[in-house]
This record gives sequence, C-alpha cells and structure tokens, in this order.
Amino acid sequence: MANGVMTQTQHIPYLAQKGLKSWILTTDHKRIGILYLVTISFFFMIAGLAALGMRYELMTPELDFFRTATEYNVAFTLHGSLMVFFFIVPGIAASFGNFLIPLMIGARDVAFPRINLLSFWIYLVGTAILLSALAQPADTGWTFYTPYSIQTGTKVIMITLGVFVLGFSSILTGMNFIVTIHKLRAPGMTWSRLPLFIWASYATAILQLLATPVVGITLLLLIAERAFDIGFFDPAKGGDPILFQNFFWFYSHPAVYIMVIPAFGIISEIIPVFARKPIFGYKAIAYSSFAIAIISFFVWLHHMFVSGISETAAAIFSFLTMLVAIPTAVKVFNWTATLYKGSIDFHSSMLYALSFIVLFTVGGLTGVYLGALAVDVHLHDTYFIVAHMHYVMIGGTVMGFFGALHFWYQKWFGKVFDELTAKVAWFLIFVGFNVTFFPQFFMGFQGMPRRYATYPEEYISYHSLSTYGSWILGLGILIMTVNLLIPLWKKGRPESSNPYGSLSLEWQVPSPPPHENFDEIPTVTDWTYSYGKNRSEANAKK
Amino acid sequence: MSTHDHTEEHHTGLRVYAAVCLALFVLTAVTVYVAKFDFGDFNIVVAMLIASIKASIVALYFMHLKFEDKLTWIYALYPLFLLFLLIGFTIMETFTRVPVIK
Repeated sequence: MANGVMTQTQHIPYLAQKGLKSWILTTDHKRIGILYLVTISFFFMIAGLAALGMRYELMTPELDFFRTATEYNVAFTLHGSLMVFFFIVPGIAASFGNFLIPLMIGARDVAFPRINLLSFWIYLVGTAILLSALAQPADTGWTFYTPYSIQTGTKVIMITLGVFVLGFSSILTGMNFIVTIHKLRAPGMTWSRLPLFIWASYATAILQLLATPVVGITLLLLIAERAFDIGFFDPAKGGDPILFQNFFWFYSHPAVYIMVIPAFGIISEIIPVFARKPIFGYKAIAYSSFAIAIISFFVWLHHMFVSGISETAAAIFSFLTMLVAIPTAVKVFNWTATLYKGSIDFHSSMLYALSFIVLFTVGGLTGVYLGALAVDVHLHDTYFIVAHMHYVMIGGTVMGFFGALHFWYQKWFGKVFDELTAKVAWFLIFVGFNVTFFPQFFMGFQGMPRRYATYPEEYISYHSLSTYGSWILGLGILIMTVNLLIPLWKKGRPESSNPYGSLSLEWQVPSPPPHENFDEIPTVTDWTYSYGKNRSEANAKK
Repeated sequence: MSTHDHTEEHHTGLRVYAAVCLALFVLTAVTVYVAKFDFGDFNIVVAMLIASIKASIVALYFMHLKFEDKLTWIYALYPLFLLFLLIGFTIMETFTRVPVIK
C-alpha cells in the first residue's frame, strides 16, 4: 500500500539502546508507549489483587477476610480508583496510541515528542502522589461523592490530588494526538484511508482534551471543600451535594468512552485481518466514534436518577441516553457483517476480538436497562450495575487491550509468544470472566446492593460462584502474562515482519521498528482494508 | 494540510499588545469599581461579563486566536458550548426539582 518502507536489514531497532537514561529521557513514541504499558500493567495488577481480596471476602456472608468494613471500603476504593484512573483511562489510548499512531499514519514520531515525555512524567507524578496516599487510603469509592467524601475521616485529599495531576497528562496526550493526526499524516494518507484505530484515537483525544478539565476542577473544588470548608456542596452553606455529581459525571460519562473507544479501534483493526475481508461500513464505523464522543456529553444525568434530581431532567436524560445505543450498535453490526463469509483465522488476538463483540454487546444492552428510568430505580446501586460496568470495562476495554497485546506483540517487541498457551489463557479468561460477573446480574436483580462487605445468606451461592470465577479469571491473566513475558528474555526474532498479512502501514516496517520508523516517509496509495480481493475493486466498493 | 504558516505575518506588533494590556488594566479597575454597586441578582452577571471580555481579548491577541484557522476556532469554541451545556442542564435540573419536604 505504500512506498518508502524499510527492509529488515536496514535498521537499528528502537529497543537497541540500553540503560536507564535511554528510557527515562526518551522522546521516542514507541518507548514512551512501553513506559505507559509497564506502568498501567503494574496498576492493573495491584487493582486486580484488591479485587481478588474483595471477592475472597464475599465468599461468605460474614466479615472474615478484612478486619473491618472500612478495610473492605478501602479495598474497593483502591480497586476502582486504580483501575479507572491509572489503568483503563490512560490504558489503550496512551500505550497503544503512542506506539501505533505515528506508525499507522506514516510519521516519524508524534507532533510534540517532548510534551509526550512530559505527559508520561506528569502521569508518574500523579501515581507517586496516589501511592503516597495508600498509607492512609480513602474509603469513598472511585466516585468521591459528596457529602461522604467531605465528612469521612479517611484521607481523601491525596488520592483526589493524584487524580487531578493525572488529568494534565491525559489532556497533553490528547492534544498531542490531535495535532499529530492533523499535521503528520503521510502523503496519500487521506481521512478516508485512515486506519479505524486512528479515527478512534482521534475521537478519544477530543474527549481527553475537552472533558478532563471538568473533572480536574471538580476535584479541586472537593479538595478546597475539605481543606477550607467553603460550602460548594454543603446545603447548610447554600451549596448542593448533587452539584458534585453533576460535575463529576459530566466528565466521567465521556470518560467511559475514553476507556472504550480505543478498544473499538483495536477491534476494527483485528477483525478484517483475521477474517481476510475488507471492513464492512468503514465510514459508518469511523463517524460513529465521533457520534459517541459527541452524544457522551448529553447523558451524564443517567448516573443520578435516584440521587434526588428533578423528574423532568431524569426523563429527558433517559431519552438522551438511548441515543448512545445507535452509534454503538452501528459498530457491532458492521463488525459482524465483516465476519460474514470471511475466512476466519482464530488467532488468539481474534479470539479476544470476538469475545469483545459478545461481551460488550451484553454490557451495552444491559446499559439500556439502566438508561430506562423506572428500571434504573430498581437496579441502581445493586450488583446489576457492577456486572454491567464490568461487561463494558473488562468485556469491552480489557478484552480489546488483551487482543491488541497479542496482535501487535511481535511488532512491538520483535518476539513471538506461544500461541497455544495464549489460547488456553484466553479460554480461562473468557470463562472466568463470565463465571465471575454473569451471576452478579441475577443477584443485582434480586436486590443485592453493591459496596457491602456482608450480605444475607440467600445470596451466598451467587457470591461463591462469582468468587470461584475470579480465581479462574486471575489464573488466566497470570498465564497470559507469563506467556507474554517469557519471550522477552529469549533470543531470536520473528520469521516475518508481517506474519498476519496486514495491509496497515505499521506492519510494513521491520519488527521491532527502527528508531524513526521509516527511512523515507511513505506515500500511501491504497485503502488500509483491501483484504481478500482486488485492491481497486475494494477501493471502489468503499 | 496546514494553513498555519502564513499566519505568522499577521501577528500584531508591540503597540497592539500594549493596548490590550492597557485594556486589561482598565477592565480590572472597572471590575473593582462596579463592585461598589448592588445590582441584586445581576451582580454575578456583571462580574462575569467583564471577566469574559478580558478572557476574550487575551485569547484573541495574546494567544493569537484571531489569526488562527477554522479548526483552532472550533477547538476554542466547542468547550464554551460544553460549558453552557453543563451549566444549562444543571440549572434546568435544579429549578425543576419538586421539593419533597416543604
């Protein structure tokens, strides 16, 4: 599809340089991607261990693993805050976004490489503040709702300050990606030829740039409220606790899409390669990312249906919430149509992509339940929400993340993992995930509230099953991690720089890519997804 | 792809910057002066109006928005739309509440 790409013998891989300095001062987008990948994986592990601890506690109705209910509260606050703000928000966007965007559009790096490194360092400062907060962690849950977050005796300021600092990293990364995509596309890489991961990254970057400041200000208000007792959220002083929720969700609902839209992009890359078919409905998939990004700003009140908000506002937002289902369904239908009559290769990354479609659809459809006003009143703050959220976040984003790890592993590291072990790990993860979270829909429907360390006897079978599932899920992730780590210490290179026959630009350079990606900036002459047929015919059909 | 390069030549000189700086000082003085008057519910409106004018001239001249392309204008103005969305819906929600306890 392009001229000017490199051959295997010409280059010095970007990983060739050794030493700590070569990492901490690097401005290479691929290395910065690795720095993010390592850091977010660390937080994923810590947050995952907190989750396993919570599930172990819930094996029995009594409090037996944690000493007090507050300790359990701290565990779920830790789990939620780390997973959301330190793993899943920066997750795919910062790690795979950094690695892939310049390679996919035919650029040598991002538009502002030094700001890119600054983003990472700000991210590290945020994590350092958060880690220092772990000595006396908060117990508010990841949403920091007032008035509890103002009244609790645990340390709320440090954790919110960490998240506040983290926001700057997100904003700078979003700005960098937007400028990169506008200004550094290779000749011939028109908007209608852009890989769908780039479209998704662009939509995500808009959200990062425009929504993140709102949560920053909100958390600053919370810090000011705790430190100076001003009264923004205190009715006794003319404030309103629901104001916090309005501000918080104005960011945090779009943030859900910061988490999941990059995964949409990944699925759109993996499926056509392993179905050997052009992606169906290219423009619909591309534009639907933007539609989701725009609509996501109009739905935040659906998180507050039982918070005491006005019925008029609730009815309006219930209707608006349903609109999100349209562009999301457009994507799911187009991916499914791409699979139709495809020559499907069940590579491990494809298995994750297919899991994504199934699990994200369950997550999305149960979201429609929760958007329906009357149903939400019954289900709010129950385990139904927990299950729905995890079907979107793990079933969606994390499956996309794992799929991307397996798909671009060879390109990123120039190593090969064991495919059979990867499939075994996928199977355990898929089964473990469903055993963990599917029962939670039932217990939620029956009224089991979330965030409780103890519960009535009648829920014990659901909770036990869910805990067994978490062990299977944990085992699967452990096997996957070991399988991906072992090859990094082994010698040898992949036989081919493009083992899956992808047409995308990043696969046309050696594995791992050289320092500045391309000898000469390539000229793009074709569409990225012309698989399995005459290229010009595919272009015409698009 | 870029319309940015030619904009450099339109950047304003020292005289305009000095005028903008003076305007900001004057508007600050106006803010302090009008604070002596009680406009009732419109106190905040008057204060925000003056602040918005100040922010606008900073964005237009000091940040060169006046000389930027359409895309930059979209990115500059879209957050204002989001701000109105946030404030508008929040006010709508607050004023349509039906008190449970009277």
